[in-house]
This record gives sequence, C-alpha cells and structure tokens, in this order.
Amino acid sequence: MNTRSQVLLWGAQRISAMVLALCVVVHLVTIIYAVRSGLSAAEILGRTQGSFVWGGFYVLFVAAVAVHAPIGVRNILAEAGWRGRGVDTLMFVLTLTLAMWGLRAVWAVVS
Amino acid sequence: MNNIKVKIWRGAETGTFQEYEVPRQESQTVLDVVTYVQRKLDPSLAYRFACRVGVCGSCAMSVNGVSRWTCRTHVSKVATDNQLEIAPLRNLPVIRDLATDMTEFFDKWAKARGQFKGSKTRKDDFAQVSPQSKERKRVDAAIECIGCGVCYSSCEVVTWKPDYLGPAALSRAWTLMNDVRDVAQKERLAAVAGDAGCHACHTHLSCTERCPKGISPTAGIAGLKRAVLSATLKGEL
Repeated sequence: MNTRSQVLLWGAQRISAMVLALCVVVHLVTIIYAVRSGLSAAEILGRTQGSFVWGGFYVLFVAAVAVHAPIGVRNILAEAGWRGRGVDTLMFVLTLTLAMWGLRAVWAVVS
Repeated sequence: MNNIKVKIWRGAETGTFQEYEVPRQESQTVLDVVTYVQRKLDPSLAYRFACRVGVCGSCAMSVNGVSRWTCRTHVSKVATDNQLEIAPLRNLPVIRDLATDMTEFFDKWAKARGQFKGSKTRKDDFAQVSPQSKERKRVDAAIECIGCGVCYSSCEVVTWKPDYLGPAALSRAWTLMNDVRDVAQKERLAAVAGDAGCHACHTHLSCTERCPKGISPTAGIAGLKRAVLSATLKGEL
C-alpha cells in the first residue's frame, strides 16, 4: 500500500472514531431511556420501523464501525508482524462483512 | 561507609547480570557507580560516556527498568532497597555490556530528513526569525534534544514495529518543519508519513514521560500527523 493510502486510512480512522463516539453516546442514552419500563421487541420495533431518522442513524453507525474496526485490526496485525497485500485484502473483506451484517440488522428493525 | 548493591548486564544480546558492591557517596550518580565498577572492580566492563554533565547524550542506560541519562541521575532518587539494576538501552542492538549500537537510531534521523536544508548563500543577509513567532516557539520546544536515545528505548511502538522512525527522529523532523529557513518541507513530510512514520505513534507518551530534557516528542508527532494529512488532502503528497 502506498504512503498516501496509509495516511488516508489514518485520517479515515480518526474521523470514524469521532462519528463512533457520538453514535455510541446516542445509542447508550437510547438504551437507558428505552429500558426504563421493561424491554420488549414490540417496543423497539415500534420506535424503529419506518423511521428514516433511526434508520439513517444506524446506517451511519454501521458505516463508522465498518471503516474503523478493520483499520485498527490492520494496525494490531502489523505490530504483530503480519503485513502486506494479503492482510490488506483480508481487512477489505472484513469491512464488507461488517457492513453487510450491520446493514442487514438495520434493515431488519427499520423495514 | 555503606555500600550499594549493583547488578550490571554483562554480555551482548545474551548474557547475565553480574553483582557488584560499590561504596555509597553523597550526590553519587548512576554513571559514578558504573565508572567505579569499571575503574576499581572490573576493567573489562564496556559502557559509553563523554561529558558527564548532561550535554552529550552518550551515557543513557536502563536503570531499574527505566531508561535514563545516568550522568544526571542521582542514586538516591532511583535506588530501591539500596539496589540498582543497570542494563543497556532497549530497542537497540547490544554491542557489549552497557554499550548499544546507535547506528539504526541515527540512520532513522537521516531517513526522517533530519538535516537542515537552506537556500541562502554566504552572500545573503541573516534570516530574520522573530522569537515570538509561532514557528520559532515550536522550534524552541524541541531544539534542546541531545540524541541520548532514552525516548527511543522507552517507546513500545519501536519494540513492536522495528522500522518505525521513533520519537527522536520525528521530533527532529517537526523542529525542521517549523524552521522557516528550511526548503525541504515537502520531502520531509513524505519521509515521515505513513505506517512506519508519524502515523504509527499510539500517543502512549512514554517518550514525553522519560525525556531527560523535558521535550514532548508526542506533541511534535501530533503536529506531523496533522501536517501530513493536510498535505495529503490538498494533493501535495
């Protein structure tokens, strides 16, 4: 991977970290608010189904995770001595996998 | 007179700690202890020093597990239970006993474009740099580096990623990035960018914690990270 791409990955991880910080706070506050009088699937779905706001929020959350986590794992693997095109390809697959799983879950509660 | 028990690394990459008893003296430094061992007890002990007053940066060693400049480290401040364990600096190949091979450490300064490159000749007038300017203040923050290697020895990222340029070389690069007379800024940014450069730093702050001169290489590296990202986004890199 060329130096320019390495720098852009670093930038992407920083920006996705800022998005994640915000998303995690909103997510946790929502959980605490949602369980105040017991938790049920019906209540969750009642809030999320058909909601563009919650759908959009969780799509953003999933995108930030899919960008942030593989870059971090790539750094950890590099420090353990695993580097190169094979690892980068594997991380790209991890990005797609996380995005797919996450978006599938978002679709399940919003549609 | 009471004595202090000193364990000193003997050997190269493989070796053992050997124990010595050294008379305790007032205001005694760790370098005094090592010198006593070499002069009075075991002349075969290899170690490195020059100025003895914290200027040359050649006497750094690991003292009770912490990298320090030994000429300015008082025994009274670091001895635990009247004992000292003195080893060579970490992250550098050991030549013998307490002497490490600093080649790679200084080669990385060169790789990070740690050399000043000006454009003026002797016929030009002196450059005017205001002491109050933002750039000059940033230069002041790290210009007193003595190249002792304490930061490099204390850096976990260097241990994990041996091609990482390290805090001293990057701090030097940041100093030159703020030198308004220097004309190799673009090449320097390219040299310090990426996985083996400033972006490998985890901001553990070990270098800043241990630097005997009170310099914060971490702050300089953070400046480099921002400057490199900015240049990359502008398509200058």
